[in-house]
Amino acid sequence: MALLKYESQVRPPLVEGNKDYHQVTEDIVRPIEAPPSRLWWIGFLISVALLLFGIYSVYREVTYGVGQWNLNKTIGWGWDITNFVWWVGIGHAGTLISAILLLFRQGWRTGVNRAAEAMTIFAVMCAGQFPIWHMGRVWMAFFVLPYPNTRGPLWVNFNSPLLWDVFAISTYFTVSLLFWYSGLIPDLATVRDRARLKWRKAMYGVLSFGWTGSTKHWQRHESLSLVLAGLSTPLVLSVHTVVSFDFATSVIPGWHTTIFPPYFVAGAIFSGFAMVQTLLVVTRKVLHLEEYITMEHIEVMNKVIVLTGSIVGIAYLTELFVAWYGQNKYEGWAFMENRANLFSPYGWAYWLMMSCNVLSPQIFWFRKLRRNLTVTFFMSVIVNIGMWFERFVIIVTSLYRDYLPSSWSTYYTPTIWEIGFYLGTFGLFFTCFFLFAKFFPVIALAEIKHILKKSGENYKAHAADIDRKPTSEFFEETHETNHH
Amino acid sequence: MAIKKFAVGCFDEEGVLFDAVKRVRKAGYKLHDVYTPFPIHGLDKVMGLRDTSIHTAGFIYAVFGTVTALSFMTWVFTSDWPLNIGGKPMFALPAWIPIMFEFTVLCSCVGMVLTFCYLCQLAPFVRKHHFHLRSTDDLFVMVIECTPKTSEAEVSTFLGTIGAKEINVQRAETGWWLGRYDREQKLLDTRTETVTVH
Repeated sequence: MALLKYESQVRPPLVEGNKDYHQVTEDIVRPIEAPPSRLWWIGFLISVALLLFGIYSVYREVTYGVGQWNLNKTIGWGWDITNFVWWVGIGHAGTLISAILLLFRQGWRTGVNRAAEAMTIFAVMCAGQFPIWHMGRVWMAFFVLPYPNTRGPLWVNFNSPLLWDVFAISTYFTVSLLFWYSGLIPDLATVRDRARLKWRKAMYGVLSFGWTGSTKHWQRHESLSLVLAGLSTPLVLSVHTVVSFDFATSVIPGWHTTIFPPYFVAGAIFSGFAMVQTLLVVTRKVLHLEEYITMEHIEVMNKVIVLTGSIVGIAYLTELFVAWYGQNKYEGWAFMENRANLFSPYGWAYWLMMSCNVLSPQIFWFRKLRRNLTVTFFMSVIVNIGMWFERFVIIVTSLYRDYLPSSWSTYYTPTIWEIGFYLGTFGLFFTCFFLFAKFFPVIALAEIKHILKKSGENYKAHAADIDRKPTSEFFEETHETNHH
Repeated sequence: MAIKKFAVGCFDEEGVLFDAVKRVRKAGYKLHDVYTPFPIHGLDKVMGLRDTSIHTAGFIYAVFGTVTALSFMTWVFTSDWPLNIGGKPMFALPAWIPIMFEFTVLCSCVGMVLTFCYLCQLAPFVRKHHFHLRSTDDLFVMVIECTPKTSEAEVSTFLGTIGAKEINVQRAETGWWLGRYDREQKLLDTRTETVTVH
């Protein structure tokens, strides 16, 4: 039968174990229905504590001004914009997994896409905090919107990359949220229909929008998902491209390079996949989802990490080469002295970045290490430390020695409130993720069921049986009914 | 909407379901809908549903987005308040491409999702009749409307012959209403008259 697609003999199944549809529902919905574990409470409360500390840090910054941070005359962007770019980068994996891999028909994405998309949305929420609170007078944040005002009307500057960023990030957040939620609706309906407690029925009833699973609705849903994926694919690539324009369109040596867009996008995918690994290695263990998020998934994502890490490495080397080859004194200084010289004030940050991002992921050329959970977890953390330092290096080492050597002596270190703000976004991120893991199906139920016939062990024999029927027979039948 | 009478047959195998749908249509019964826990490719074709045009709507929204963004920025920077930014042209098309693109995507996505929700009548607090609670879990639920010409007993028997595992007759509201799923659940039980077929 034509609907049962050919499956490769060499690939292991996407879902392990003998599962039927009901078992899939049981496995994935059970953690939602059970009371939260002690581990969940500990993690959740730590996250909330971090969030509260972050809120207090932001409160101080708003009350006393941006002077609460250690930004100075040459380093106008410090930890805040570093963190912004870092979080936005992390927010790239989810939509990449769900959109680009959907278009490429990568079946393995179904196991991880829902959690990765959720992570994307939370990461973008965290990222958005930094430019907003960096405005200082945050109550005027709406000035970035082009609205008819009494100041002329004086419009925003549509030629500025900072405004492109406003559009790019807000569009990306909205589209990711819609994509994620439209995929969640059928799964929430599954949770609703199994619910026994009153509040559950009420809550999931409201959240699932009255979904019934009608064939016509599924047909539209499929079409919607496909087009949203098609639109999100260039969107994902555009977001970090636009973020890189914040730097690349300026004339600061170290920022003014044409390589930035592809280099930033590769870095974003790199750090995003690392964060997905960090979360999923733990989630699959705690929620007992090893049969859905299998070793295969972990390995495939590690392959993506070594690929994108190497692309990033080539970008670093290209930058150095161009700085030398271009023979521009200022650019040469920014790269060779401010960054690559280990004994310059921030040389340590550059080489930390190099070793975390370029050298260490190379261990994933070995299959054994790709399939090792401990190694994967530690590497995912190391990659994200490296990617944080990449942004720190780009921002701070390009700024701290400007054209006025008398201002060179200032060495930038963050205040506790800058660090607190960063920790606060971790609190926000993990608070959201803990709530998500507790109240939402962390794996796309309907999508797993959809691929189950192709990959589930106990369906294979039956599928092979049906496959023996000539396909032409089926096509003729459907064709015929279509014309009635 | 009206309350109608339906014969409901539950299948647990897609292969059987495909054949069953074909046979129902051949026999001339009024197929109301088939509810499935996940999308089944080809089922819409077998049921004779036409392709959805939601992607066309998405294209129209996208064009609206591009045109709006371009014309608005052109108006602002060439006629309403021209700004000399580094001596660059007032009509700075290359610099507007990012915003045009983002706004295109935004309009298309938001528009499509709203259209989808409108067409499928999905919204918070919207309540619909469920023919079987397991249709979002593991059952494929075929619903046939009982007309004056087709008696419920006849349709029920027919459902049995085409492979339905569980068959019942329900009176149901076909449209949506506002409500909550923790109330009104009893309606489902009172409306069901089960016919056992082996």
